[in-house]
Amino acid sequence: MGNGASNDAGNGASKTMRGADVGEEKQKFLEVRDLSVRYETKEETVYAVNGVSFSLEKGRTLGLVGETGAGKTTIARAILGILPSPPAVVGGGEILLGGDDILGASEREMHDIRGNRVTMIFQDPMTALNPVMTIGRQIEEVIESHERVSKDEARKRAEEMLEMVGILAERYSEYPHQFSGGMKQRVVIAIALACNPDLLLADEPTTALDVTIQAQVLDLMKTLHKKQNTSTILITHDLGVVSEMCDEVAIVYAGEIVEMGSLEDIFERPAHPYMLGLLGAIPAIDGDEEKLSPIPGMTPDPTSLPPGCKFHPRCKYAAEACKSEPVGMKEIAPGHFCRCLNLAAPNLAAREAE
Amino acid sequence: MESSLVEASGLKKHFRTKKGIVHAVDGVSFGIRPGKTMGIVGESGCGKSTLGRVLVHLESNTDGAMRFGGRDVTALGKRQLREFRQNAQMIFQDPYSSLNPRYTVEETIAEPLFLSRRYSRAELRQRTTELMGCVGMAQRLRASYPHELDGGRRQRVGIARALAYDPKFIVCDEPVSALDVSIQAQILNLLQDLKKEKNLTYMFITHDLSVVRYISDDIGVMYLGQLVETSPSKELFKAPCHPYTKALLSAIPHIGVRRRAERAVLKGEITSPIDPKPGCRFASRCPHALGECQRRSLALEEAAPGHFVSCIRAKELNGL
Repeated sequence: MGNGASNDAGNGASKTMRGADVGEEKQKFLEVRDLSVRYETKEETVYAVNGVSFSLEKGRTLGLVGETGAGKTTIARAILGILPSPPAVVGGGEILLGGDDILGASEREMHDIRGNRVTMIFQDPMTALNPVMTIGRQIEEVIESHERVSKDEARKRAEEMLEMVGILAERYSEYPHQFSGGMKQRVVIAIALACNPDLLLADEPTTALDVTIQAQVLDLMKTLHKKQNTSTILITHDLGVVSEMCDEVAIVYAGEIVEMGSLEDIFERPAHPYMLGLLGAIPAIDGDEEKLSPIPGMTPDPTSLPPGCKFHPRCKYAAEACKSEPVGMKEIAPGHFCRCLNLAAPNLAAREAE
Repeated sequence: MESSLVEASGLKKHFRTKKGIVHAVDGVSFGIRPGKTMGIVGESGCGKSTLGRVLVHLESNTDGAMRFGGRDVTALGKRQLREFRQNAQMIFQDPYSSLNPRYTVEETIAEPLFLSRRYSRAELRQRTTELMGCVGMAQRLRASYPHELDGGRRQRVGIARALAYDPKFIVCDEPVSALDVSIQAQILNLLQDLKKEKNLTYMFITHDLSVVRYISDDIGVMYLGQLVETSPSKELFKAPCHPYTKALLSAIPHIGVRRRAERAVLKGEITSPIDPKPGCRFASRCPHALGECQRRSLALEEAAPGHFVSCIRAKELNGL
């Protein structure tokens, strides 16, 4: 952790003060610098996250987009300090939350941060809840472990949280199996937001839900976001959900961010061949395409990543240099970053197509 | 009009449980013309998978009629049923659980042929090679086990196996839902190519509306065991008539910066399919429901040529 002053700012008591003092923190509320995580076992090493850097301003929503195994969830788990270790090994980097490096924080310090300043919504509400505890008690538990409150007070707060996510307080003493999937996810959201966190990590929060229920949960998340001004990192593979929820977007491929920028940058001026490929592979709801253009091949094996650009084996624009030279992030327009050596190629192709 | 290869009329499948009778499929009628794809969309629990299983006779129907190439499937004798099963195949959602983990790729694909005892070892090998070629799988993977393959390849094995007997009709039950988008597109294209090459007829079950639009000629929207709207694919997306279809379409998050105006978010959730009340099943969630909706029983009615809706207010609400 940092020096004494910032430590003070970290505990619950001075929360409101910290909230008011946004001017200074605005720029760098959360900063992840060059984060690397690998999973080491006797047989092999999985390179899950390879030098990821991004930052998030207060009250903004960042989308981490990528396919299975891209490393999105590992990034979230690193921020929350819940990487399973072993086998996880942090290879390097910093995670600064309000100026403090929480990557090196002790388990005790992390315990204060988790649930209080940083919380997470998991993909599967069926497994995120304790099946033998009433849902009301599960919300109370979070409040009690972070704040000095009486039993009655905790119960009152928990009931308020339930009402806030649209569940009648009468259902306080019911068990998770008595709720449907969408309702369970609301309970999970209530637990996550019970202590008014600064940072919410939502890992595929609606993937397990039907579209009409997804629409309800996304609406709820938007309303709560406006109300509480929580900074959010939304992890998803669904470009529609990203479009709807996020201010900024980072595209993750093979443990690296390959493109990052505002929602407009990514969807109106996509630059990285992988992002362009993704957009071509999805049937559009209002399009009339005869044939989809899938990205050939598969995501690389994270135990033996290709040298050079990690996407080059699947990239139709790959040049000789892409196969060997390490590729850094380049700012191609203010705030719009891309990790590609051959940026002109897809642009040329797009121009030819027009 | 061309006659249908697969035809259902008043098809029902009920399950008896301790809590009551589950009306999983409850009076569904439609026809699929040869070489066409009928998409069935709906949310979890609406009965779409049960419908698919009944159509290939993995489950027997409780009531109603089912015809395949003009013949009544429910009245087939043992031998004819075997022939029917060779012609009507199924591809499952989860290639992780639908493949036997102890069979190699070759064994999995050859098994249905092997069971017929009509083929020699050499013929089986030959046919497996062909089938693997059909679905774009490298021959070096013959001896691989399912756990060594990624999701896309596993689904290719599932497709190859379904193709073993050169079927006419395949029910695809959420075949790409478990796959990443870049792989999903590969499998969708493969299914399209196979359809053209082998003149297949598909029923494509999914909850993903953009996928169903891409792959289907006609679409049926299912809610609590019943079809509430059937229509040619483009027409359904252009001019949906049923309030549930409208809500479903407006619930899809739009890709890109052009954000949707206010969407109609449905209140509540799908109700129980156990001993449902008479009247429209969507009435309790419908923003346009009248008292009458709870009482009057409904049937699909033609709202426009080829476009059928089951809603008593369809004409009034859509200005038809």
